[in-house]
Amino acid sequence: MKILVCITHVPDTTSKIQFTDNNTKFDKNGVQFIIGPYDDYALARAVELKEQLGASLTVLNVGEAETEPTLRKALAIGADDAIRVNAFPKDSLFVASQIAAIAKQNNYDLIMMGRESIDFNGGMVHGMVGEMLGIPSVSPVMKLEIEGDSVKMAREIEGGKEYLEAKLPLVAGCQEPIAEWKIPNMRGIMSARTKPLQVIEPVTDQTATEVTNYQLPPAKGAVKLIDKDNVEELVKLLKNEAKVL
Amino acid sequence: MSVLVYIEHADGSVKKTSLEAVSYAKALSDKLGAGEVIAVALGSIAQEELAKAGHAGAAKVMHVNDEKLNAGIIQAHAEAVAQVYRKVGAGTLVLAKSSLGDAVAARLAVKLDAALVSNVVELPETGSGYKVKRSIYTGKAFAETSVNKDHKILAVKKNAVDLKTDGAAAAVETVALDINADNFATKIISTDKATGEVLLPEADIVVSGGRGMKGPENWGLIEDLAKELGAATGCSKPVSDIGWRPHHEHVGQTGVKVAPTLYIAVGISGAIQHLAGVNSSKCIVVINKDAEAPFFKAADYGIVGDAFEVLPKLTEAVKALK
Repeated sequence: MKILVCITHVPDTTSKIQFTDNNTKFDKNGVQFIIGPYDDYALARAVELKEQLGASLTVLNVGEAETEPTLRKALAIGADDAIRVNAFPKDSLFVASQIAAIAKQNNYDLIMMGRESIDFNGGMVHGMVGEMLGIPSVSPVMKLEIEGDSVKMAREIEGGKEYLEAKLPLVAGCQEPIAEWKIPNMRGIMSARTKPLQVIEPVTDQTATEVTNYQLPPAKGAVKLIDKDNVEELVKLLKNEAKVL
Repeated sequence: MSVLVYIEHADGSVKKTSLEAVSYAKALSDKLGAGEVIAVALGSIAQEELAKAGHAGAAKVMHVNDEKLNAGIIQAHAEAVAQVYRKVGAGTLVLAKSSLGDAVAARLAVKLDAALVSNVVELPETGSGYKVKRSIYTGKAFAETSVNKDHKILAVKKNAVDLKTDGAAAAVETVALDINADNFATKIISTDKATGEVLLPEADIVVSGGRGMKGPENWGLIEDLAKELGAATGCSKPVSDIGWRPHHEHVGQTGVKVAPTLYIAVGISGAIQHLAGVNSSKCIVVINKDAEAPFFKAADYGIVGDAFEVLPKLTEAVKALK
């Protein structure tokens, strides 16, 4: 059993988002980068499956050298080895093409990742990889169990969940509560330093989109405070001024 | 080349977000002269539901009336839409951003060799190239994205366009497709759905509670207000983490992202991760007894007061409005 977990290297969820170079580049100044929160759920479940099934667990990121600390953290959490595709992740198609190429060479049984990255929120890569490999893709997966070659999952649907079954190989786009996030312990951190981290060059340059400019939303006006003893006023304002009732 | 719109439905009712996608497609076709708008609907759906696509702007609905497609099996839906896309000679596919929509669109992008842009908030600009504005960083920014493929898939964010309901009736054409059994390799065993409630991702009004509600036993106050407003209920992450409310009500960066017309936050301080999940709301009301709660900075209207006093009064005031 071979599991591949694909992780993104994204700004911490508390980051203030700003741009530089005439709004053409993300401003990394003062920003801490983390494993994408949804990918962190995928990784946590993969570590549990590894222990339960005696599987091997490889973690993959498409990114430049600066993402290596994020990959080392994933190794400290429990991945056996890591692959970094040495390229800026230009768009979803580019990233999915790299993952599919590596998956074709290594025949993973299960490919896991977050349902979406928290920077571009596309939620596309899992489906693209599934289609490129000609295998099922399921997302967003909130529960995943393996029995033999059968995968039992729960998937979030609007207002509830759906229970599904599929056979391996499979791509799963994951979210909570598939597993509790794992925090690396000292032993994990020490062993992560010596675990293999392979750097490979991208296989293709194919992209479908390119960001030409970034914008921030317009600044919010000041809040209009209403006295707690006069809630009728709020209802009037919502009806007549904001016109939302 | 025509514009095809993938329509989602919940137990036969066409989703409002899908109708917004139809209206977006109609505006796109009017702006770019992109040909007629054709909707594709999969599974068992009544004629009067399909007619709504016409009112929203579709000239025609291709109905694949195959009950195997009632369930949202991602591969099967992607294959069915791809077949219809080729059959009608479409150049653009429009759909609503959703859990199923994302999953289907991603496979379609590869099948159709199309550029996929998600979270689209405006019609494309074609002055120089083909550029689409999309929401990124969970609503904290926008990216103008140029597209470099002939075929395009645009996943439209909820509330990004006005839903039109004054269009003509659409001609419905029933289509039979041949979908390979491999596309049904994922089996849906059962579904566990909240019934009789307004679905959170689709809701026009959302009332959310946070730790300020003190315990799950007090949620009746949130539900009473939601009921009067015809709203969905949501909660902050700590509330779902401690199990007061189910996970599918968790609104925020790693939970459900909502874009209602009105978002009412009660007893939620407004952590940046929660704000990211609601910042596309048209109007935000915050009720919190802490006047320093950061959420007030993001709100349009606010009441500094105890939720247990304010909520019953607010519910009564809404009732009186009717």
